[in-house]
Amino acid sequence: MGHSTAARRRVLRVVVLLPVLALCVAYPGIALADGPGSHWSGYVALEFRPFFSAPLDPRQHDDNASVVAQPEWYYPWNGGRDSLTFVPFARIDQHDDERTHVDVRELTWLTARDDWELRVGIRKVFWGVAESQHLVDIINQTDLVENIDTEDKLGQPMVNLALIRDWGTVDVFLLPYFRERTFPGEEGRPRMHPRVDADLAVFESSRAERHLDLAVRWSHSAGDWDLGVSHFRGTSRDPRFISGRSGDGEPVLIPLYEQIDQTGVDAQLTRGSWLWKLETIRRSGQGDTFAAGVAGLEYTVYGVLESAADVGVVAEYLYDDRPVGTRSPFEDDLFAGLRLTLNDVDGTEALLGCIFDLGSAARLCNIEARRRLSDHWMLEFELRTFQELAENNPLYTLRQDDFAQFELAYHF
Amino acid sequence: MRRRLWIALLGLTITHHGLAETPEEKGLAIAIEAERRDSGWSDSAADMKMALRNRQGEVSERAIRIRALEVQGDGDKSLTIFDQPADVKGTAFLSYTHATRPDDQWLYLPALKRVKRIASANKSGPFMGSEFAYEDISSQEVEKYRYIYLRDETIGDEAAFVVKRIPQYKHSGYTKQIVWIDQQHYRVRRVEYYDRKSAHLKTLTLTEYKQFLDQYWRALQMDMVNHQNGKSTTLLWSNYRFREGLTERDFDRNSLKRAR
Repeated sequence: MGHSTAARRRVLRVVVLLPVLALCVAYPGIALADGPGSHWSGYVALEFRPFFSAPLDPRQHDDNASVVAQPEWYYPWNGGRDSLTFVPFARIDQHDDERTHVDVRELTWLTARDDWELRVGIRKVFWGVAESQHLVDIINQTDLVENIDTEDKLGQPMVNLALIRDWGTVDVFLLPYFRERTFPGEEGRPRMHPRVDADLAVFESSRAERHLDLAVRWSHSAGDWDLGVSHFRGTSRDPRFISGRSGDGEPVLIPLYEQIDQTGVDAQLTRGSWLWKLETIRRSGQGDTFAAGVAGLEYTVYGVLESAADVGVVAEYLYDDRPVGTRSPFEDDLFAGLRLTLNDVDGTEALLGCIFDLGSAARLCNIEARRRLSDHWMLEFELRTFQELAENNPLYTLRQDDFAQFELAYHF
Repeated sequence: MRRRLWIALLGLTITHHGLAETPEEKGLAIAIEAERRDSGWSDSAADMKMALRNRQGEVSERAIRIRALEVQGDGDKSLTIFDQPADVKGTAFLSYTHATRPDDQWLYLPALKRVKRIASANKSGPFMGSEFAYEDISSQEVEKYRYIYLRDETIGDEAAFVVKRIPQYKHSGYTKQIVWIDQQHYRVRRVEYYDRKSAHLKTLTLTEYKQFLDQYWRALQMDMVNHQNGKSTTLLWSNYRFREGLTERDFDRNSLKRAR
């Protein structure tokens, strides 16, 4: 079993953070190169999170402020058939040393031809159709310190060849370097208790993060159907945890990255105002082989009550057949959500939803809303609550961490 | 476009012409002739700027680029790339329009790198918060409407046909549209939209017509005024290009993911 090298990561963090931030600030003075169609875009944002209850750990705080920047440089040539994309990312957090981090979200060369596309570099890939959980999506590691919704991802180094045929697209991925999941630090919030000490991470493979992971996916759109079938062999992005102690004797959870095989299927049927969705996976390599899935629907009423607004209803059932104690919190749960889109000039939209545990009273509720303030300024609001969590719930230690999040972003 | 069928129908209407042409036959014949004159452009690309004005006169701007592929035997395919406002930059929209059955539509969300198949029932919703509905800017196939010729009228200083058309596709926000088509070039010059209660909702005026490839007329300015809410939207088109050699491959889900 190999150990990760925390010190190296820390040094890298500081060395890369400063120039990336400088670059963000210096925009638009800097022009890496200029050609037809090449451009800079991106955003910088201020974030503020008030928490509603006292933290479980006295080292944590009642609120948190943070600043983030993610510029993007795009350089096409050959009429756009070839391109380079560079997306650095940096966040400075008031309290959490682990959340203060940098990443290369994307640094990719793309070349597209009539029946194939090749992408070499660091990038993000999304697979799947569901809203409440993304089971099939496995290429990128979750940047968990960003948001507990697991939708933020770390850049993944890869060679990706897409073969485009009449019967669908086959994507082949070589993933030569593994990215460890980020976890909140001592002062970070929301977080589990005891905290996860990412510096102690353990790998099943002796090659540790240098294990070559492989993935292949077929996807196709036929009539009302959008289908995907994928297989991944390599280091699990989703670790199991071992109890242990940190260097100074504090009890911590240690991430264990095992070698897995995961087959995934995702399907969507689009009929009128109805979307029918299914995602299911079968994974081996982390104890017993198991299956998990999400199945659901989305129904939208357009122009509700003679207005321009749309109201959508989302309902998804989540299952996971692992035994108690090892499975995800979403083993027999129902997600019910309401999506509101005003279709106004300010692009106002909101998603309100709860995941209800069908075996207990536990529920996780979210509100995500956004509204444009001007052509460049955007205000986003989130609310996340963890309610009625019983002691045996895997999320029990998040019970004090209900919070709101306000983000004011400048897009350019 | 189901051209062969319509050419056959056209032949039929012309044969009937000398006898007694009903307002329905004449309305359809005008629509078919307009489509015939606009066939064969194969592919096009253009830039569009939108100015959205509210009742107080405040303006907000949008910029998009559109590529379109003419499809024989069906509705056209189009790829729309959003450049402005900055928060939607990189978002792209792929649409396969169909004459009467629902369109196929996909949206690419760059922040999540996610391609989402979206419901196509959203015909009457506002496009980017503007006074244009999705159905106003999508490809206009002959089969989408039932036509009734009303009268001849002068618009500006040109002779025009005035035709009533009634949407035949599902989920339209309109009970009818009144269309002014000039008799010389068969270009749409004005459209009045009537809402589900048959009240006059909007008026579209098309100006700055320019001819491309010695055949195809495109309005470089479109002004939509909403009479019920006092808002208006102006579309300014530029950089029109035709026959650049775009193929089906430029309008698939793979191209959607790398559209910039």
